[in-house]
This record gives sequence, C-alpha cells and structure tokens, in this order.
Amino acid sequence: MGMTMTQKILAAHAGLESVTAGQLIEAKLDVVMANDITGPMALPIFKQMAENVFDKDKVILVPDHFTPNKDIKSAINSKAIHDFSKEQGLTYLEQGKGGVEHAILPEKGIVVSGECIIGADSHTCTYGALGAFSTGVGTTDIATGMATGELWFKVPSAIKFVLTGKPSPYVSGKDIIIHIIGKIGVDGALYKSMEYVGDGIANLSMDDRFTMANMAIEAGAKNGIFMVDDQTVSYMKEHSAKEFTVYEADADAEYDEVITIDLAEVRPTVAFPHLPGNARTIDEIEAMEPIKIDQVVIGSCTNGRMSDMRKAAAILKGHTVAEDVRVMVVPATQKIYKQCMQEGLLEIFVDAGCAVNTPSCGPCMGGHMGVMAPGEKCVSTTNRNFVGRMGHVDSLIYLASPEVAAASAIAGYIANPEKVGDR
Amino acid sequence: MKALGHVFKYGDNVDTDVIIPARYLNSFDPQELASHAMVDIDPEFAGKVQPGDLIVANKNFGCGSSREHAPLCLKTAGVSCVIAETFARIFYRNSINIGLPIIECPEAARGIDAGDEVEVDFDSGKIYNRTKGTQFQGQAFPEFMQNIIAAEGLVNYTNAKKSK
Ligand code: SF4
Repeated sequence: MGMTMTQKILAAHAGLESVTAGQLIEAKLDVVMANDITGPMALPIFKQMAENVFDKDKVILVPDHFTPNKDIKSAINSKAIHDFSKEQGLTYLEQGKGGVEHAILPEKGIVVSGECIIGADSHTCTYGALGAFSTGVGTTDIATGMATGELWFKVPSAIKFVLTGKPSPYVSGKDIIIHIIGKIGVDGALYKSMEYVGDGIANLSMDDRFTMANMAIEAGAKNGIFMVDDQTVSYMKEHSAKEFTVYEADADAEYDEVITIDLAEVRPTVAFPHLPGNARTIDEIEAMEPIKIDQVVIGSCTNGRMSDMRKAAAILKGHTVAEDVRVMVVPATQKIYKQCMQEGLLEIFVDAGCAVNTPSCGPCMGGHMGVMAPGEKCVSTTNRNFVGRMGHVDSLIYLASPEVAAASAIAGYIANPEKVGDR
Repeated sequence: MKALGHVFKYGDNVDTDVIIPARYLNSFDPQELASHAMVDIDPEFAGKVQPGDLIVANKNFGCGSSREHAPLCLKTAGVSCVIAETFARIFYRNSINIGLPIIECPEAARGIDAGDEVEVDFDSGKIYNRTKGTQFQGQAFPEFMQNIIAAEGLVNYTNAKKSK
C-alpha cells in the first residue's frame, strides 16, 4: 500500500521500507529544538539520561517567549539555556540576533524538506511548509531527543487537502487556514497529518504556507505538510546550505478524507473567541454590530514575517490608528526588523501610531508587551484565542490576517481590509 | 494499579492555557504549578482537589500548547487519572512520558458526573462509577506505551534501553 508524504519521511527516518498508519516506530531526528520555557525544564531531565547532546549541530535552543527577560525568573531560565548551549557547543540565537523560533529556524536554513524535526513547542509543525515532518512535543520528549537523537512516534493517517485556484487580493494563508479549521473543527485532524497538494499551492507564498502549517496544531493535527515545488526549492537554496530530500506521496497513498478547497472562494476570515475554529467571514462580520476593539497585535510565528509586515504597512500607510486602540507590531526576527527599516515600514508603523516591539513572542501567549485587562478585545495575527491566552480571563481575542488587523486598527472595530480606501 | 477518587468534570476542548496559564510558566516547580492548576476555568480546583481525584472531560482535552507543565501540574495536584472522550496528541504523549495515566473512553466521559466516586483499574482498563453503580471498559494502552509506563516514564525507559 502507498504512503503519504509524512509516512515516507517517517519510514526513511525509522530505517524501514514502509510504514502504515497506527504503527509505532522509533525515528532518527534531524533537528531538536526547545525554547526559554521548555528548554530549562528539559535540562534536568536530559541530565538524567546523558552528559552530552547526541549531536551538537542538531540541537538548538531559542530564547523567545519571555525575552527580553521580563522578570528575574525568566532571566534565570534564559541563562540556563544560554549556559547549556555554551557548555555543549550549540547554536544559541541570542536576543538581537535571532527571533521567534518558528520564523528563525527556516530563515537561518536550520530546517529543510525531508527532515524529521521535533520542537518542544506545539507550533513546531510550522516547518511542514518546507515539506518536512515536524511536530511539537513536551519536555520529556525533547530531553530524550537531545540525549539520543531518536524518539517514538505513532505513524499518523492523513487528510489530503487539494488546493485549487488563486486567492483574492486581501486573502492570505491566515484566512485560508482559519477557513479550514472552521470547516473541520479544532479536533478535525486529531492525531493526523494535514497534507497540502494541488495547483493552488503555486499561488501561495512561502510565508502563506508557513502560516498555514503553523496552525495545523489548532486543528489537533500531528503535523501539516506541503508538497515541495519550485518556490520551496528556491527558498531553501536561498536560506540553507543543507542538503534536502523531497518526498512525494505515493499515487495509491491512503487518506482518511480528501478535501478540496477553491482558494478563490475563501473570504477574509476571522476566528472569534475562544477557539481558532470559530470562523466568521468578513461579510458575516459586516452584517453584525461593529465589534469595538482595544488592541491589535501584528506579529508572532504565525504572521510576523516579511510579507505580513508589508501587507500591514500597505494598509496603514497614510492612516492613523483609531484613538482608543493600541497597536503592537512585532517583526518575528531581527532580519525582518531590519528589512522593515530598510523598506521604510517602521516609519509607516510609527507614524500611524503603532508601538513597534523587538522580536519576541511577547503578547501572543500573554507573556508581556501587550497583556490585556478584563473586558478588553484584541484583533491579533497570532494563532490562539483561548480563554486568558493574552492576559485576563475576561479578555477576548479575534484571530485575523495582517490585513484585517491593520484595517481594524484604523477603524477601531473589526474591519474589512478591502474597504480601507473608502474611509 | 488503581485510581480511586471523586470527579472534577469539564467540557470540550479544555486547553493548556486554562490547565496552566502561560503567565505562570516562568516557573517549572511542580508544587507552584499545581497551586495554579485549572485556575482560569475552575478557580476552586487547586484548593479542593484531593489525592486520588479524577478529571473527566469531553472531547480534545489538553489541546493547545506543548507545555508539559500541564499534565505535571495535574499530577502534582493529586489527580490520579484523566478520562476523556479524546485527548489532544501532545498532551497525551506528555502524560504518558511523565506517568499520568489517561484513558480515552467516550462512554465513561458521558456517564460520569462531577462529584461521582470513580475507580479505575489500569490493568484491565475497567472504570467503575461507584456512585451510579455503572461500569465502562476503557481502552488499554498499546504495549509500547505500557513498557514506558511500566518503567515509570520515558526517562527510565530510555536509560534501561541504553544499558541493554
Ligand atoms: S509566537 Fe506565540 S505561538 Fe508562536 S512560538 Fe511564540 S508563543 Fe508560541
């Protein structure tokens, strides 16, 4: 029987001819990543198993969640992974030189297609955009991965998404993935792979694909993975010196379900509190009472990349942020930050009245730099709108694209980016 | 091995941000984490939970972040077992890896209410609702996972494998 893209990668890393859904395997790991929350917790567990990491070039620690360190405890945690990195000779992407983990790893060429990657962070599934098998795990798993370079997996079955058509101008990866999660539900792909194929993929930028793979976990998936095309290959050649392998699903691969999405039909889409699957199109929102907002966040591993910054700036240019709204713009990496500077985007943001923050997870998980009070509402380009995610339990998060976020910042309520010119 | 205690009951999609909110994640001290367990969905939980108590929930329990702090804070708070219709996959892995028994059993999830006294036999997968006098058959762990649980977690399992 044929294998899916994911199954082929797992089989290759387990040293097996073939695998089938449900099979338990032990696979070799190409990259093992942890951050300033999960890393410090993993170190004592790691020490119970090994003195040294299995391969110093394959283990990477990224400080991004509570950095720049928001308090003494966070500083101690960052120092722990910093010191460990030095001791073991690992790459450590210090603040000011790195950025948010799932943006920085592809950007630095640390991850490429065909690899088997684990990260102690649920959005590690992001690298599936490159055609890698990549999944989030917990601290015991990551410690084991760091020590042995191997981990157990249950081979997942998959849902195949066939993307066709071309998205309309104000629709991007975020709208498409919220549309998909709205369709299948927040557990619609539980334990499964979400595999993306189809000629519509050519109409999606790499940034769109990163956004979509990033949110696979919000549908409960084990991983999200895109077929590799010319764009993927040129992205990897530009960013990485690593060799990469391209896997395609077999023609007779078995899928639990095949879902076809015509990208041309996807509208700007927002996920209402408190689940990423509570999808509403901008047209439905426009038919409601305006939803007044207090905060906008444009950033994160979901939508803090260069094209996101450009899209937000294109809308904000020449406008000012509504009086009662505060806007945090957080470029996801130092390189993106600099590019924003060179292209004059920082000036657009600052002139419009946005606060531009240094690369960090910051407000995305209610860490710092944009935590909300009871009753406040935020339009955010991040990936989770759970209760209390961005601060007080009675604050509300609406997940949206950078375009919707920027349009809403100007309007003061959730707004349609297609109509910004009208105001 | 058995679990016996009273039940805290929750609904669908109980996520890791309510099990242990990110604002407490600058610590990984189990006791401190346990003192904040479930605070955003059930502020009384940490004060009320007794050693041996169980959590029963509906679909997709533990969805969201990869934080192992989530199963760890429940285990440290005294929770002996979590029963749900389904679990989110990272939570499932993490629970096995730290030795918090979790069982998928939709019938039990529907047939048990808050406050019921419930007994679980991990060897047979049987779940008894002592309050209502009903019984459910939970899914047994696959052999591979049983080995990890028998070794009391992935760390010991890995060490045992290495010394072979
Ligand atoms: S930006 Fe948000 S979702 Fe992404 S890694 Fe940071 S906290 Fe997690």
